[in-house]
This record gives sequence, structure tokens and C-alpha cells, in this order.
Amino acid sequence: MSNVLANLKYAASHEWMLLNADGSVTVGITDHAQEALGDLVFVELPEVGAHFDAEKEIAVVESVKAAADVYAPISGTVTEVNQAAADAPESVNQDAYAAWLFKMTPDNVADLDKMLDAAAYQALSE
Amino acid sequence: MLKKTVLNTAHRAMNARMVDFGGWDMPVNYGSQIEEHHAVRNNCGMFDVSHMCPVDVVGPDCRKFLSRLVANDVAKLKVSGKALYAAMLNDAGGVIDDLIIYFLTDTRFRLVINAGTALKDLDWMQAKVSEWKLDVTITQRRDGNEPLGIIAVQGPNARAKVWEVLPQTKAAIAELKPFFAAEVDQYFIASTGYTGEDGYEIMLPAGEAEALWNALNKAGVAPCGLGARDTLRLEAGMNLYGQDMDETVSPLDAGLSWTVAMKDERDFVGKSALTAAGQQKQFLGLILLDKGVLRGHQQVITKQGNGEITSGSFSPTLQQSIALARLPLGVQIGDEVEVDIRGKLLKTKVTKPVFARNGKAVI
Repeated sequence: MSNVLANLKYAASHEWMLLNADGSVTVGITDHAQEALGDLVFVELPEVGAHFDAEKEIAVVESVKAAADVYAPISGTVTEVNQAAADAPESVNQDAYAAWLFKMTPDNVADLDKMLDAAAYQALSE
Repeated sequence: MLKKTVLNTAHRAMNARMVDFGGWDMPVNYGSQIEEHHAVRNNCGMFDVSHMCPVDVVGPDCRKFLSRLVANDVAKLKVSGKALYAAMLNDAGGVIDDLIIYFLTDTRFRLVINAGTALKDLDWMQAKVSEWKLDVTITQRRDGNEPLGIIAVQGPNARAKVWEVLPQTKAAIAELKPFFAAEVDQYFIASTGYTGEDGYEIMLPAGEAEALWNALNKAGVAPCGLGARDTLRLEAGMNLYGQDMDETVSPLDAGLSWTVAMKDERDFVGKSALTAAGQQKQFLGLILLDKGVLRGHQQVITKQGNGEITSGSFSPTLQQSIALARLPLGVQIGDEVEVDIRGKLLKTKVTKPVFARNGKAVI
């Protein structure tokens, strides 16, 4: 049974989002996503400063089994990437909510309100 | 509705992650594919391969039939129990399936064919029996009245674990050289596999498979899913039907020349097409020098032209991405080539198409 955290927002494409105090949003893949992919062996992160529209491919996670695109859950500009996750892809398997992938400044922070809450994502990923 | 093997309940009881594998509800892993991979390379693991289809070929014309049916030559099978890996070709020389043929007696052979191709294979074989007017009976043993289950036990400690769990079979199987089989009571035990490790593949009445599976597990044999089976066979440089070759691909272009016995007078289906076409491509290995993961269908850019990856993944033994690829003639082992991964050209080295066997890297 995969883990869903109550304080996060979720995209149907299996990314989680955390709104930080400085207005930036931290993004990773959900526990359900890492479990479905299996042992991760490669993470490709976006470039800092790049802008992505919502639902565009922004990163790639690859397990032994398959490659999966990570989508920008909302429109925004990448401000920081988690190189530690790229250096140790297995850390995403170990704790998908600790091993974030990137932070972005949303074009419109209100976009976050349209994302799924924990209960809705739980229902979707069951 | 997905088809289930006789071990389906056992997989679920062991918390397997189940996937649709060509219409079969199969375990892809029981937690970690990489741990399962290492278990087989370093100790012992077991796979449910009951989706594969045993076929009994019985009758006075067995040898005549198999001699024309496949590209390898069953005349090589002189000792009872000996096994032969072979490709069954169509008239154009494309691979209908790859299979193992076990020689039991001159009137009885057993084949094991792939799960996804089983029905088409059986139709093809039946049609050839009629066309060639031979006295041969073909009986598939996956479904029907006397179905068999298949458990592959693989790894350096596989033999000892099987002797421990099936002590009554030890005398008959302990000294089996690679690629042989022995029949003991209800068991058909072969020293074959798809991992590059020592071990056995055990066929037995389907109704007894779950008890054996659980007994092996109790003896410390790790259940392993089809995920680890794929990375193990890739490291061992073994072809996967449907990825590395199919009906449109000549065995000569899929690294299977060693299984094609062309030299003598014997005729077999596809021989004239192979003779006419010759080898068009070479089948080699790749190791990615940059970060990333090689995958099937990625383009390989070489000085001699473009090639294509047929199978690729991450090698848990090498801790690098590896692949099997069909490349233009003239490319040499050791050449540096590029692979197009999502529009980026990544540095890759051409290798022989075998990466790890018997617990260690061979590259």
C-alpha cells in the first residue's frame, strides 16, 4: 500500500507538490509512482532557469524496467534541482517525499488550488 | 481476462507486483528487481516460467520432422537427455520462435516454446506435420489434460538447493552437464536456464508446482520476477523473442548464426532464404559511457551507418547501462558510437554481446 501525505498537493500524473513559505513549489514523484516503476537507476533533472508549461515533460525517471516522464504539474520556472536525487536515484525509492526532484516558481500560485488533495490522489492511485 | 499460471496465488501470497505480461498475469518483482538479480548472480533464485509451453513430439518420424523444422540440426542430439537451442524459421528466413529441444528417445522429444508465440507455433508445427505427411503427434503440455508447471531455479547455489528439496532426484541430476535433462518420477529436470548462471529448470505436474515453489522458498531460494529474469538474460547476452528477433529478422542478423547449421546437405524451412540473403547486420553489445539508460528501439549512430538497440536496460552487475543492438557490418568491437536518447547523443562503446555470467562481469 503506497503512502500519501496529507500536507501535499498531487497531480494525476503522479507528481507531488509542496508550497514553501517563499512561494516556491517543491516537486517530486509520489510513493505510488516509485513503487510502480520499481528500482530507479537514472534521474534526469531540468535546467535551472527553464520555464515549463503545465503538463509538459520536465524530467525523466528511469527504473531497470522502464523510463517515465515527469510532468510539470503547474506552469512555472525551475529555481533549483536536487542533484542528490540524480546522484542516488535509489533515494527516490527509499523515500519519494524526501527525495524531491526540483523546485519551481509558479506563474500563478493559485494553480495549486486546482491540484488534487491527498484524499483525491489516494482514490485515484488505488 | 489475463491468463494465470498455477503459481498465481503463491505469487500474490509473497506480495509480488503483478503485471500483464503478454496476456499473462505474472510477477515482475517481489519488492526489488535489483536484489532479485543479485540473488541469482550470487546465491540462488527461482522463477515461475509456467507461462512457457512444453510440447511433446512423439512418433517414429520425430527426427525427420525436427530436422526440417528448425535451423539447428537435431542430428547433434546423440545422447538421451541432451538439449539443443534452435530457431524455427518461416520460408523467408524470419524467426517464428526460438526454442529448446530435448532429446529423450528416437520417438520422443520435448520442446519448450515461448508463451506469446505458443499458439502460432503449434499451428505451424501441425501444418508441417500434415504437409510433410509424417507420423508425429504434437501435444502441448501447458493446458489440457496433463498440464505441466515450470520452475527455473538459478544461481551458484541452485543445484544444492534443489537436491535439498528433492533428494530423490539427486542421483539422476547431480552430474548433469549444462544443457541436459533427466526424467525422475514425475519430474523433468534440465540443466538449462536464461540467466547465465548454473541451475535447473524443473517441469512437473502443474498441481504439484505450488508445493515445490513453497518448499524451495522455505529452503532459502529467493522468488524472482520477470524483471530480474530480463536483466539477467540481457547481461548473459541471451536473445529475447519479440525484442531481439521476430518473424521479420533473420537469425544471422540476430546473433544466432551459431544455432544455424547451414553447411551440410540437410534442408530446413528458411534455409534457401538465408543462403540468398546472407548476413546483413551484426548483433553486438553496447555499454553506455554517459549517464542514462539504453532502451530498445533507440538509434545507434556509427561511422558505417545507423543501427538500432533491440534490448537495453541497466546492468545491476556492471552498474552501467548495457544493450544488445543490430549494427551495420563493419562496426568493430571497441568502437565508440553514439546513441540517441531523447534527442541527446550519448557516448557508447561497442562490446561483444555478453556482459556477465557465472556471478561476474565478463566485459
